[in-house]
Amino acid sequence: MWTYNKVLQYPVNIKCTDPRLAKVIISQYGGPDGELAASLRYLSQRFGMPDQIAKAILNDIGTEELAHLEMVGSIVHQLTKNATIEELEKAGLAPYYTDHGVDVYPVSAGGVPFTAAYIAAKGDPIANLQEDLAAEQKARATYEKLIDLCRDNPDVLDPLKFLRQREIVHFQRFGEALRGIQDRLATKKMYMNDINNVTTL
Amino acid sequence: MEEDRKCNCENIENINMMNLIDNMNMVSMNNNINSCGCNKNEMTRAEMLKKIKCLKFAVVELALYLDTHPDDTKALCLHNKYSKELKEICDKYQKVYGPLTIEYPCNKWRWLEEPWPWEGGNK
Repeated sequence: MWTYNKVLQYPVNIKCTDPRLAKVIISQYGGPDGELAASLRYLSQRFGMPDQIAKAILNDIGTEELAHLEMVGSIVHQLTKNATIEELEKAGLAPYYTDHGVDVYPVSAGGVPFTAAYIAAKGDPIANLQEDLAAEQKARATYEKLIDLCRDNPDVLDPLKFLRQREIVHFQRFGEALRGIQDRLATKKMYMNDINNVTTL
Repeated sequence: MEEDRKCNCENIENINMMNLIDNMNMVSMNNNINSCGCNKNEMTRAEMLKKIKCLKFAVVELALYLDTHPDDTKALCLHNKYSKELKEICDKYQKVYGPLTIEYPCNKWRWLEEPWPWEGGNK
């Protein structure tokens, strides 16, 4: 189970309203390579992992991604909460405003609502961990594009840089978990020739 | 390259984790405390929260590392150190400023009193 902690993992304190930035940053909330997809991907895959290391790393990174989801939601909320109708219209958020007001709703930058089709649980630990490695790289690349787009706003840049850095650490840890599973699969198995009881060592 | 991963508690302050935290633009309160000679009771609320965030980050980061390097005694020792410090400072903070989780007992329901983290009240 989880227990809520009443702190953000890293501070988000944005002074200026800027719905233009919110419109693109929301992709890391409900987009294809966003934090919601990351968290659900890892927390779903952990059930089928063959060893303790892979189960633990998926569980713990999946949990950290929930903290990142809260950070991205906080960024979007703080960028839009005081926006005027004119500002929202100018940022191209009139369709979003029609359906969601200034609530934080999981959509991509293009306005596509979140779908479970963004994630996979393939029933194969190697395939799953390879997918996770790719997911971390795609999230890093997305954050780098957002950092380009938010270059003039230091309040937004700071948490985005932190989030980008975390993708790199997660990639590293998933690589180590994958290597562990591959090494185990590559070890020689010896079978004792006992007619009544075939034992795997 | 083989690095010595044996625990070396006396030199613990020298290793990378504190640099890592400094890189997050979060001042290491330990260093401040040591240099100015004041004690933890004199930390302001904002300083305590900053320290809590630093320690939480260090604990999470070390936990992920230990998941894939469970035999690294140096990392384990650091995890123990920061976990203990985190528990101590969270207890102190909650006594004065109210609960950080719903598991903290209060005489009156203080969970509602403070602004939520996304509102920027809890920086």
